Formats: sequence, C-alpha cells, structure tokens
Amino acid sequence: MTFDAIDSWWWPFLFILIGGWLATDAWRFLGVYLGDRISEDSDLLVLVRALATALVAAVIGNLIVFPSGALVDTALALRIGAAGAGFVAYLYLRRKILVGIVAAEVILLVGMWIS
Amino acid sequence: MPADHASSLPSLSTRRLWYLRGVRAAFSIPGLILASAFIGFAGLAKEAGLTLAQTVFMVGTVWALPAKVVLVGAILSGASLPAAAFAVALSSIRLTPMVVALVPELRGPTTPRWVLYFLSHFVAVTSWVLAMERLRGIPRELRTSYYAGLGSTLVLFNMLVTAVVYLVADSLPPAVSAALFLLTPMYFLTSLWGSARERAGHVAMVLGLILGPLLHLVVPGFDLLGAGLIGGGAAFAFHKLSQRRATA
Repeated sequence: MTFDAIDSWWWPFLFILIGGWLATDAWRFLGVYLGDRISEDSDLLVLVRALATALVAAVIGNLIVFPSGALVDTALALRIGAAGAGFVAYLYLRRKILVGIVAAEVILLVGMWIS
Repeated sequence: MPADHASSLPSLSTRRLWYLRGVRAAFSIPGLILASAFIGFAGLAKEAGLTLAQTVFMVGTVWALPAKVVLVGAILSGASLPAAAFAVALSSIRLTPMVVALVPELRGPTTPRWVLYFLSHFVAVTSWVLAMERLRGIPRELRTSYYAGLGSTLVLFNMLVTAVVYLVADSLPPAVSAALFLLTPMYFLTSLWGSARERAGHVAMVLGLILGPLLHLVVPGFDLLGAGLIGGGAAFAFHKLSQRRATA
C-alpha cells in the first residue's frame, strides 16, 4: 500500500486524498466542531501542541541533515552552519522571518562559492 | 438587536468588497514568504518523483505545508498509506487548536455552520497568523468574506507558484536550486519558533530538531513519530515541572 503500490493514474491521487487531505482536514473540522467548547490553555492542548511541534521540528532537522536535490552536494557542516546562522539572525534581529531566511541563504551561497 | 437582522445583512457588493480586501491581504510580506516556501516545496516534490498534477493537487487538498512535507517524506521513504496518514495526522493535530482559536473571531451572528467548515480548509500557519492579527478590525458580519478572500487567494496563488517552479526546476543552476531547497526548512525553523505559545514549544522544537536526524539513523521509518512522541512528551513534562515550580 505504498505510493507506488498500484500502477494506475488514480492511485497516487487517492493516496494523497486519504494520507493528506483526510489526515489534515479532519483536524480542521474537529476544530470547528469543538469551537468554543475547549479552553485554549488546557493541559491537553499544551501536550498536543508539544507533540506536533517536536514532529515538525524533526522534519526540519531531517531536511537539513539528510537533504534532497541540489543540497545533497553541499557539506553537512555548511548546511547546519547556514541554518544556525539564519536562526541566530532571526532571534537577534527583531525576529523577522525574512531576515533569518536571507541570512541562511547568503551563508549557504557564499560557502558553496568558496568550496 | 435581533429585530434588525434582516435589514442589516450585508449586501452582495459589500461582501465582494471585503472579499477583495482579503485577496489584497494575501499579497503581504507573510504571504510572499509563504510563496518562497512553496518554491522550495515544488523542488522537494519533484525530487521525490511526484508528477506536476499530483504536486499541485497536494497543494490544493492538503494545504498545510508541514503536512505536505511530512507526506512527501513518507512517500520518499516508501511508507504504507496507513503509516503515511498517521504521520501526516500527527503533524496536523496543531490545526485543531488553531481552528478552535479562530472560529470565535470569524463567526458572525448569522454565519451558517457549513461556511465555517468550508473556510476551515484554508487554515494553515500564514493565513491563521494574518487572520488573528487583522480580523478584529473588520466588521463582524463581513469577517467570513474577508477570510474567504485571503484564504482562497493564498491557496490558488501558491498552486500556481508550485506549478511554475515545478516546470522550471530542472533548468536552474545548482546554486539557485540548493538555495531553494534551504527555503522550506528555514521558513519553518523561524515561523515555528515564533508561533510557540509557551516555553514548552521551544523545548519541543529543539528536541525534535536533534531527535529527528538521530532517530533517522537508528530507526528509519519511525524517526518522525519517535521524535514527536519523545520530544513532545519530554517538553510536556518540562511544562508540568516548571508549572509546579512556579506555584510552589
């Protein structure tokens, strides 16, 4: 039952619908249903947010340490250095997402150009 | 003033005006940053072997970027459909509290439920942040029109961005291509930190960043779920401990 399991045009779309659409919109619909029945700072929501945050952070870590595409040809130290520098720039320069992204990209490109 | 409801319902042209104002709000700095993250996503999906139609379909149906990145990651690692759906679902639980917080802001006095269910599909980090920031300055009965304009524009525009980048991705020089692949992690690294509501969110994030690659080496296939459960659980324990210390 993997993405390539069934050799037909519709299977990947069904895979995306069930594995992607259903798995995300179900939570959105539940949110509408719960509406104002749940307190924003209840312990359950803190736990749920912590689990979700750690999972997404794991995705980010993997994208940097085990990248795909043209990033494969760059050194691991350069990728971690660029991401780290971008994050520090974000933290100390008024928490602007744009600042973090630009700083990381500049370090990456300079690093690729030097090596 | 329930007696006035029939007469005070906004006209179609007023609704259209606020819809268009929502459309305009999509073309803001947060909206452009989001588009840059979709540039990165298009490259990621193409690299994973998805077709153009599948990639654009995924943008429209799933919408939330972390969920899509997890889904592509699951496809890349050859996960089965139940495993992929479970990982995506776990990465999207955060949508529920976001919608819960948004609904009271969005709802007008006469808003039908189906409108809220429909609009909830547009909820993802960027549209949510923009909405929470701007909705309170908008007349209550017109907020759904505004959010419909904002949300639908973000989705459709980024489907277009993804399609265009997918088509030109192969003809890009390696340096540009490498820079594109760094966009998605950098966007999440910064926006995830900024959206954390409590210290536990930052703890969870740091643990996840370290545990993800570590577990990928030790137990590939269980890396995302494992990092989520261990990192998130530890962060929650930290939250309870610091709470107890604060009250003691």
